[in-house]
Amino acid sequence: MSPVLVLPIVLPFAVAAATLWFRDDPRRQNRMAILGSLLHLAACSLLFIRVVRGGMQTMQVGGWEAPFGITLAADHLSVVMIMVTAVLGLAVTIYSRAEIDEELLRSGYHPLLYILLGGVCGAFLTGDLFNLYVWFEVMLMASFGLLVLGREKRQFDGGVKYVMINLFATLLFIAGVGLLYGMTGTLNLADLHLAVQEVDNQALLAAVAAIFMTAFGIKAGLFPLFFWLPASYHTPPAAVSAILAGLLTKVGVYALIRLFSLVFIFDVAYTHGLLLVAGVITMFTGVLGAAANNEFRRILSVHIISQVGYMVLGLALFTPLALAGAVFYLLHNMIVKANLFLISGLSARISGSFELKKLGGLYRDHRYVALLFFISAFSLAGFPPLSGFWAKLLLVRAGLETGAYWAAAAAVVVGLLTTYSMTKIWGEAFWKPSPERSESSEGKDPTGKPDMWMLLPISGLAGLTLIIGLVPGPFLEVAERAAHELTHPQIYVNAVLGGK
Amino acid sequence: MERVARASSLLPLSIFLGAVFLVPHTAAGEAYRWVYPWIPGLGVNLSFLLDGLSVLFALIISGVGFFVTLYAVDYLHGHRHTGRFFLFLHLFMLSMLGLVSADNVLALFVFWELTTIFSYLLIGFEHESAESRKSARQALLVTGAGGLALLVGFLLLGIAAGTYEISRMVPMAASLQEHPFYGAILAMLLLGAFTKSAQFPFHFWLPNAMAAPTPVSAFLHSATMVKAGIYLLARFHPVLSGSAAWTATLILVGAATAVMGAFTALGQSDLKKILAYTTVSALGIMTMFLGGQLAPSLMAAMTFLLVHAIYKSALFLVAGIIDYQTGTRQLEKLSGLARSMPVTALGAFAACFSMAGFPLFFGFVGKEIMYKGALAETMMPNLTASAAVLANGLMTAVAGIFLIGPFLTGPARHGEPGAEACGSMCSGPLILGGIGIFFGIVPEFVGSYLVSPAVASFHAHMERVKLELFHGINTPLVLSAVTLSLGAILYLSRKRVNRAVCRSYQAIGLDGSRVYDRVIEGVAAVGRLQNRLLQNGSLHRYFAVVVASFVLLTGYSYLSGVQALPDIGAPGLATRQWLLLLVLLAAVGAVVVTRSVLLAICALGVVGAGIAMIFLAHGAPDLALTQLLVETLTVIIVSVILLRLPGLGGAGRKSRARKSFDAALALSVGALMTTLALAMLSSPLDRSVTAFYEQSSYLAAHGRNIVNVILVDFRSLDTLGEIIVVATAGLAGFALIHRRRGRS
Repeated sequence: MSPVLVLPIVLPFAVAAATLWFRDDPRRQNRMAILGSLLHLAACSLLFIRVVRGGMQTMQVGGWEAPFGITLAADHLSVVMIMVTAVLGLAVTIYSRAEIDEELLRSGYHPLLYILLGGVCGAFLTGDLFNLYVWFEVMLMASFGLLVLGREKRQFDGGVKYVMINLFATLLFIAGVGLLYGMTGTLNLADLHLAVQEVDNQALLAAVAAIFMTAFGIKAGLFPLFFWLPASYHTPPAAVSAILAGLLTKVGVYALIRLFSLVFIFDVAYTHGLLLVAGVITMFTGVLGAAANNEFRRILSVHIISQVGYMVLGLALFTPLALAGAVFYLLHNMIVKANLFLISGLSARISGSFELKKLGGLYRDHRYVALLFFISAFSLAGFPPLSGFWAKLLLVRAGLETGAYWAAAAAVVVGLLTTYSMTKIWGEAFWKPSPERSESSEGKDPTGKPDMWMLLPISGLAGLTLIIGLVPGPFLEVAERAAHELTHPQIYVNAVLGGK
Repeated sequence: MERVARASSLLPLSIFLGAVFLVPHTAAGEAYRWVYPWIPGLGVNLSFLLDGLSVLFALIISGVGFFVTLYAVDYLHGHRHTGRFFLFLHLFMLSMLGLVSADNVLALFVFWELTTIFSYLLIGFEHESAESRKSARQALLVTGAGGLALLVGFLLLGIAAGTYEISRMVPMAASLQEHPFYGAILAMLLLGAFTKSAQFPFHFWLPNAMAAPTPVSAFLHSATMVKAGIYLLARFHPVLSGSAAWTATLILVGAATAVMGAFTALGQSDLKKILAYTTVSALGIMTMFLGGQLAPSLMAAMTFLLVHAIYKSALFLVAGIIDYQTGTRQLEKLSGLARSMPVTALGAFAACFSMAGFPLFFGFVGKEIMYKGALAETMMPNLTASAAVLANGLMTAVAGIFLIGPFLTGPARHGEPGAEACGSMCSGPLILGGIGIFFGIVPEFVGSYLVSPAVASFHAHMERVKLELFHGINTPLVLSAVTLSLGAILYLSRKRVNRAVCRSYQAIGLDGSRVYDRVIEGVAAVGRLQNRLLQNGSLHRYFAVVVASFVLLTGYSYLSGVQALPDIGAPGLATRQWLLLLVLLAAVGAVVVTRSVLLAICALGVVGAGIAMIFLAHGAPDLALTQLLVETLTVIIVSVILLRLPGLGGAGRKSRARKSFDAALALSVGALMTTLALAMLSSPLDRSVTAFYEQSSYLAAHGRNIVNVILVDFRSLDTLGEIIVVATAGLAGFALIHRRRGRS
């Protein structure tokens, strides 16, 4: 039993409690949060190293043997996800220092943020279906709190849509858990892998799989279940948008990958065929929806949907290469997407707006910001040698190798349409002369200067994108190992149940 | 900054000298291969192969790059973003060098896309002009689309060949051409090459790219980047050529591009546009000759590549000087430049004569070998030859237009008769023009050291084809004479020809540029339509779609596999249970029907309490107690929050149809879930986990109440999570109410 598995979950909750305690002392809150995120990163790294060196790690909480208690299980997929979570947590915490005002800090910004991080890590590490549900609830409440914290009407409006549709997803999730438990008598994922093979009623199993697909599909933002996302993500502070964009839909994708590689593999042709269709339509819907938008953050939000499509495509093709592609895509996209949101906030800080019409002149006056955006945006669009290119390459190649030519073609075309949107932002916000400047001679812009606390995390994430792009080998190897484990569920089962 | 920029010309110069050093070796047939494993897991290596073809391209890239760098220092004198310009320029050059030396197709692709990116940044260099921005994006999207096709082609090629190394594909050519993927591979590679090298109908981005500063046009959009497609065709010639599809496509597309480009060039009035369209035409000629299978055609393609790179970059630099010194590039405003800018004029003359193909200039040699090559082929020799004659004749006429109007006619009409440019600017065209003459005098030397080794790298059965100044009186010579006279006639009747060209364009109405615009607008329009249909802001609509998808997906999954629906039967319930059920149903009905929020909340509370009763009836008093507590709390909290917040809106009257749709949807959800639950209950529960709890809760966990032990011990992590959920809900709720108070 190793506490290393617990730390990534419990540490954020401790930070949440501590920052809540000092809720009237924003400066101390900030310091504690940054310290806490550093510790969290260290804890996640520790677990990451353990798994990379020694293979899958498990822990039976309370010492109750699986499948009777709750199991925490960390395979390569899990640790990749918690590493990214910790990195994003650190970046956003630093960024928040510049962006989040005292009033928000006093209303509980940091506690909510850290509860969210703890919930996300819990979801990535749990090996128990009901426990996964609990972490989903934690995330839902915390993210709702973060969405509406800013006390604006549109935030409330978006928040209500967000919470309503997601509550429905949660409801489906618990219904699915109930049905599955009734059919198998177990909640442990590894045990479920075995128990599901014993189920006679295949129709009921298919229906339960469909329920989970719908529930996680809503969470992930799959077509046609994504409505909550464009309705809400552009309303909160950029730091909140960034962390939600980086993590939430990806937890949905993670849950889909986990369940549809470990539990629901009784009829891959049917379930994964459905996922393939949904994934491809999702890719197109997202990218087209983004093309019609003219606001920095809205474009980015709708694009999330499109990129979720890519990840689900990787799951749906269900070959080791495709799954490695999905994992690599997750890793790349979480970083890049969160960073683009952070940059949107920085641009808005400089020019005072998220509207492309009102933005401009960033390339002329802020070359460093322009460089950071360019790296992230072109990585998102899949240009080499940036991280997004390798992610796309893996998926396209997997598509071609499995004979899913139209899916590969879709991945390619959607990449081009992503370029369309990214160059729109670049052209408008960065190249175009600032509309402010042409009216009054030299900027009467809100602050005019990028804040160091904002530039620091953005540079870090952009640097990470570059590193993944230029030295993709090690990242790819981890993704391939994750894919190997996903395609060989007995590894997971043996690690959890002790090879019984 | 300027000093740094000038010093940066040492980079292309040293690369050029390095390439010159390699020339004798590659001419002897040697090739250098160097491999650095990049991503071995994917088969992606940074492997480079330096052979005659690579060296020829490297010489062009670094040589032109050197002159352009020196030239640009003065051209951009005092510009705000000089540093960025040279950074992009040199990075572009390095990417281009990587492209022409990569042996691994995926590495090649990386460099290919890098050139696209830097081309984007350089075309948009004057970023405050809307036209620059639009042209840059157009070039990026068009070549980017081709690039993606190329990627697919390379991946298919990798699957078919089992390797990404080009040098290992060459021996497999025969089996690759029989592979079922061959057609797709060819189509994808050609798409990539044609978009990058501005072949009809994708050529439109190139003239628009003239929005870039002139040094960029000289470097990227005439001498180097647009030749990447030509390089690709040459490099893959041994792997993919030989089929009728290859030859026919290249000859037809190339011929169409060559003739169309040259005709269009004739009618332009902007010096840079003239040069852009002749570049399009020249690229067409090269493509056309790469369609050939025999050494003379391929020699012609490579010779013309060199001819064109030299004279065209010189002419672009001339155009830039004229623009810089006189402030205009419009033909009708320019005159008498030969007198005011004698040095520049000298360079322009040398370059234009090469373009027109006069004897003793390198262009003449290029033309001779072209005709020889065309006539030697077996497939469509006449078409190729006539297209070449026509395109060359037109280019001769264009050379006349470029020279005679601006340089020779009349005194300087322009206000400031533009003085001569400084030395470093006009040295470029002068030296390049001089090279054109020098190469024209010693074609044997150029042929054996530069062109033949290049062709030999992609054409193994190389019978010796010599480049000569004078081949004797034969058909090519006659065709050359025809070309020159055709050029003279076309020059004299240029106005009439131009009118005819314009008319025919209008008649055909085919314009890639307009198609591009329509696609760009179309994408946004489709997006807007989709957003109007789906993302219309109504939560009701969102819910309807989400719930309907759930019902359809789950219902279909169940029904398509089920043998028999579960037996509903008549549940044997006691009267009080029936009563309870009735109360529950009534409460649910009240929630649905009522328009009062408070009543709805209370009715929901009744439902919760009813469920607590069911728990009680089934012997779970702890559960019932918890449920009651939670239910009471929920009612209180929800009332407090909802009553403090402004109305949720959207509760207006709904039409009858919508109401019945909603009712049907809700009922089908209920029916579906009930069916599934019944189906689940029809098989017995596996009680091994439950049995373990019963057994161990007292013995191992020291608790008499199993539910309590499950909550605080067996599954304590769940409980921790749920406590956090409740706390978070409190936190969020507090934040909501707290701020309301603060505001009002």
